[in-house]
Amino acid sequence: MSAGKQFIKGNTAVVEAAIDAGCRFYAGYPITPQNEIPEMMSWRMPEAGGTFIQAESELISINMVFGAAAAGARAMTTSSSPGISLMQEGISYMAGCELPAVIVNVMRGGPGLGNIAPSQSDYFQAVKPGHGDYHMITLAPHKLSEMYDYTFDAFDLADKYRTPVMILADGLLGQLMENVELDRSRKPALLNAPKPWALTGASGRKGQRIVSLLMQPGALEKHNMDLNEKYNIIKRDETKFELTGTEENPDYLIAAFGTCARISKGVINLARAAGIKIGLFRPVTLWPYPYAALKEAAKKVKKVFVFEMNLGQMVEDVNLAVEDSSKIEFYGRPGGGVPTAEELFEFIKGKVK
Amino acid sequence: MAEKIVYKKPESLTDRIFSYCWGCGHSTMHKVVAELIDELGMREKTIAVAPVGCAVFAYDFWDFDTTEAAHGRAPVVATAIKRVHPDKLVFAYQGDGDLASIGMAEIIHTANRGENLTVIFINNTNYGMTGGQMAPTTLIGQKTTTSPAGRDPLVNGYPFKMAELMAQFENVKYSERVKVTDAASVIKAKKAVKKGFLNQLNGAGFSFIEVLSSCPANWRMEPLEAKKHIDEVVSKYYPLGVFKDIK
Repeated sequence: MSAGKQFIKGNTAVVEAAIDAGCRFYAGYPITPQNEIPEMMSWRMPEAGGTFIQAESELISINMVFGAAAAGARAMTTSSSPGISLMQEGISYMAGCELPAVIVNVMRGGPGLGNIAPSQSDYFQAVKPGHGDYHMITLAPHKLSEMYDYTFDAFDLADKYRTPVMILADGLLGQLMENVELDRSRKPALLNAPKPWALTGASGRKGQRIVSLLMQPGALEKHNMDLNEKYNIIKRDETKFELTGTEENPDYLIAAFGTCARISKGVINLARAAGIKIGLFRPVTLWPYPYAALKEAAKKVKKVFVFEMNLGQMVEDVNLAVEDSSKIEFYGRPGGGVPTAEELFEFIKGKVK
Repeated sequence: MAEKIVYKKPESLTDRIFSYCWGCGHSTMHKVVAELIDELGMREKTIAVAPVGCAVFAYDFWDFDTTEAAHGRAPVVATAIKRVHPDKLVFAYQGDGDLASIGMAEIIHTANRGENLTVIFINNTNYGMTGGQMAPTTLIGQKTTTSPAGRDPLVNGYPFKMAELMAQFENVKYSERVKVTDAASVIKAKKAVKKGFLNQLNGAGFSFIEVLSSCPANWRMEPLEAKKHIDEVVSKYYPLGVFKDIK
């Protein structure tokens, strides 16, 4: 795929971003709505000199990614909600072992097998992932160019902090085709940064090990404290958000991520035409969550509307940020329901009368 | 009189004293593996994957690069490592709960893909680390903490014969079952593992070595009694021998 404007799917953008970022190991298992990624990876990765493996389950995908990361490769897997549930095992091990990897979740409706429609019902399992006391950097794209940019950046973030990073997309962002101009001139900053911890054979040195099992009294507690120190640095340096419409001193604010943020931009236009001034707060990082920025933005408005394609997951973090639940109005569509801008605007009108 | 060194600790072993129970086969097999890696000159070119189970601490005793793996996932972790570093000697070392129960899918698919790596499978017919529960390899009638009346094949199924199962897959080049109960059997076991390593170094493909190993603590036996149990009982259900050897 060349540079310049092109008509592609979000899932295609993910593949090209990974290749451009130097990812040379991909393992994945079929699940809708992300199948274009393993399909394309099956020829794109060998073309780039990397390894593609069709794993026999998501458990195998993520544990292959564990192995590739331990061996020092830039590695990625992708899946959709039920598959991500299975991957939680390996993600926890990677967090514990401090291994970098990128996991893309093209969310679908749940719980259980759910459906294959776009959903945001995995917010919790991204920002409050599997067993143990850890966090996972989570980036939420809301347009196709960001499917590329965030995936690209995720590899440097993962290497910089030696931690798994999740791209939390959804079926709409994965399947949608649009004209998108990709900036493919960037070079991954940390691609050639040394990984002295990686397993490459103990040439001229003692054997080294990658472990999360720490049985000596106090050792695991210390490890958790060390991880927490790293998480605090990530919170300080990597928290990102987008705040739009504030130049008009809006009376209201919408807080939404991913596809709901995309739809909310249409809501703002409808509101403006009706004389209602609304801004949009879009967290780019769902973990770390931009609490301080949202708190500040919320101080200046009468209400904060929270729109999600679930029954209220991110709204918990909005509550923590705003510290005034009377200001918060939530509207959510679960089970693969995708709200229209008109529908959300009607909800707003009902609350601002 | 000049000193002649006839034996020394392999360089591939750390100074850490084995923490395994008296009479456990893991110490023997750790040493066998370390000796072989020394002999093949591969200490600086080996990457091993440890299991979850008694051998979870293997990396404390081996002085080459080693990683842990989630329970049962060692073969797929090893797969990825070998694909990233095709020039390295990569092996997974697993117990019977790890390999034949929770990791059954991983071992079968790795064997079926014919990954160019070596799997060493320690079969002591129970979950040793967690206190002696029934494993997929527990013998019929064998009493464990979760089969106090003895394993009933109509309820719990029959013990898996992994070396024979592995031999079924087209892509498996070598599958052998050995035991470690006396000097002669240890020498045979070492020869089997060496073959598995050499197959890999020659690019031949997937090799599987099952090792019948004693667990005196959970078998409620003295170490020598446990060795005798392997010779007289365990190896009757699990026959020793080569089940596949593709030249």
